[in-house]
Amino acid sequence: MTTSNATAGQRSRLDRRSGQPPAIDLKSVHKSFGTVHAVKGVDLGIAAGEIVAFLGPNGAGKTSTIDMILGLSRPTRGEVSVFGMQPRHAIARGLVAAVMQTGGLLKDFTVGETARYVASLFSHSRPVGEVLHRAGISGIADRKVGKCSGGEQQRLRFAMALLSDPELLVLDEPTTGMDVEGRRGFWGAIRQDAELGRTVLFATHYLEEADAYADRIVLIREGEIVADGTSSEIKALAAGRTVRASLPGADEAALRRLPGADSVELRGDTVLIHSRDSDAVARYLLTNTAAKDLEINTRGLEDAFIALTSDDANSNGNNVGASR
Amino acid sequence: MSIRSVAAPDLSTRRAPGLGGFNLTVLGLEVRRLLRNRRTLIFTMVSPVVFFLAFGLNSAYANDKIGHGNVSAFVMISLALYGAVLATTAGGAMVSIERAAGWSRQLRLTPLSPPAYIAIKMLTALVLGLGSVTAVYVVGGIVGKPSMPVYLWVVTALCVWIGSLLFAAFGLFMGYLLATENVMQILSFALVLFAFGGGLFIPLSQFPHVIGVIAEFTPLYGLSQLVHAPLTGDTVQLSWVANLLAWLAIFAGGAVWRFRKDTARV
Repeated sequence: MTTSNATAGQRSRLDRRSGQPPAIDLKSVHKSFGTVHAVKGVDLGIAAGEIVAFLGPNGAGKTSTIDMILGLSRPTRGEVSVFGMQPRHAIARGLVAAVMQTGGLLKDFTVGETARYVASLFSHSRPVGEVLHRAGISGIADRKVGKCSGGEQQRLRFAMALLSDPELLVLDEPTTGMDVEGRRGFWGAIRQDAELGRTVLFATHYLEEADAYADRIVLIREGEIVADGTSSEIKALAAGRTVRASLPGADEAALRRLPGADSVELRGDTVLIHSRDSDAVARYLLTNTAAKDLEINTRGLEDAFIALTSDDANSNGNNVGASR
Repeated sequence: MSIRSVAAPDLSTRRAPGLGGFNLTVLGLEVRRLLRNRRTLIFTMVSPVVFFLAFGLNSAYANDKIGHGNVSAFVMISLALYGAVLATTAGGAMVSIERAAGWSRQLRLTPLSPPAYIAIKMLTALVLGLGSVTAVYVVGGIVGKPSMPVYLWVVTALCVWIGSLLFAAFGLFMGYLLATENVMQILSFALVLFAFGGGLFIPLSQFPHVIGVIAEFTPLYGLSQLVHAPLTGDTVQLSWVANLLAWLAIFAGGAVWRFRKDTARV
């Protein structure tokens, strides 16, 4: 399918340029917990420098997949590699860091002590003061972790993740429980940080976060990747796009034969064509007809998300974005 | 898709740290954190001193001769062992709190290897244990009642300190077994029973015979006999060593078993 191919093409170009193994490479990865098959054959390659959102409803297998990428659990079947090595080895070299949703902090350490503790474990780490400053918590270095607010604790987790100057940053629903202001500040810091070339993978169920901050969205449902592409590709995938143009005397039969045209509607001099390949429709209209005032409208990511992850997604024709 | 121009990460410059991440900064921070806990301090350093002052100075028996010294010295060794055992158990049992807080899982996202983590916990426990032994011995020296040759002060203190490592293993085992913030409240009760079994509070000869026989199988019995032997001049008995080694095998084996289960899960 087109979106996946485009992504794969860009990825291999990037890989050729850098001459490095992909940041994340999952090959038909399965994970079972007893009789529960949480991850069912996920193939996923993420190139260095990409910002990827891992989007899916609760229980879709996001956290199980992330745990395997971080070496916290092993796949039942399949292979996981991070920068061409086993996750544990990448972790030991400080190449990978993660910000988890909750926990992971000791109340009786201060913010500064927590950071110094973690920094001392790596053979290569950024200065603690610099990292606390970047996370916006240098003013509370002497405060006990137990006395910090939820947002401050999350910034501390972010600071801890930055200490090893990782090439890959994994965020598991990092803004859960933050207010709008906190969320915006947090993403501002992440985005600024990613400009330096860090690869970022974040799991989220906030669609607007995926839309606003990711270069690429991987949609997961019931342990399988159901779509993979840019935000606009994903939207088009499920919902298609509507091409609207002014075209007096349109030939309805010819329009219906256009690639991917699901529906054609004539309203006076206006044609409305709903298509999965809106580019082809627009090109046809502009080059082969007298159409003018052409508009292409996309439905929201939320519509795509619901369409691709709802229970009847398998039975409708939109589910063409299945994993490669 | 926007592809930013990305400098290729130079993976070859990245190395894993030596010693599995073990370092003195972490050890220092762990000790500082332990000392910050007022309840732990009172429990492990003040309470054995208070017990010593209550039981070790009684003029009815304190100056009675026992082996190379007096009863007051014997009681001092007993209560130093009690304090050291409380301290090392508390140090080992910290893993319980750290697991409950998700800290152990967080550390698995760092180069710190599980054996290095255990080594840090054991050493932190030993530092706290050293504090307990020192507190009791310094107070003993100041009040001047305990009497034994100078070299025996050093030898018995070292025996107590090193021996208390057995209970660092106990603390770790329990810390991995019981994921609760209140683990020490349960363990301190067990330790009081063990201390009675080891004759640390009341000589075992004053209990009914049956209790004395049962006591010989409790975890502090062998260790208690061994650390008092330099003072009493008693010949070391095989049953003491067997008791110590058996409990060491149980505690260390249990800790390794639970620890393996734990790291496989998280």
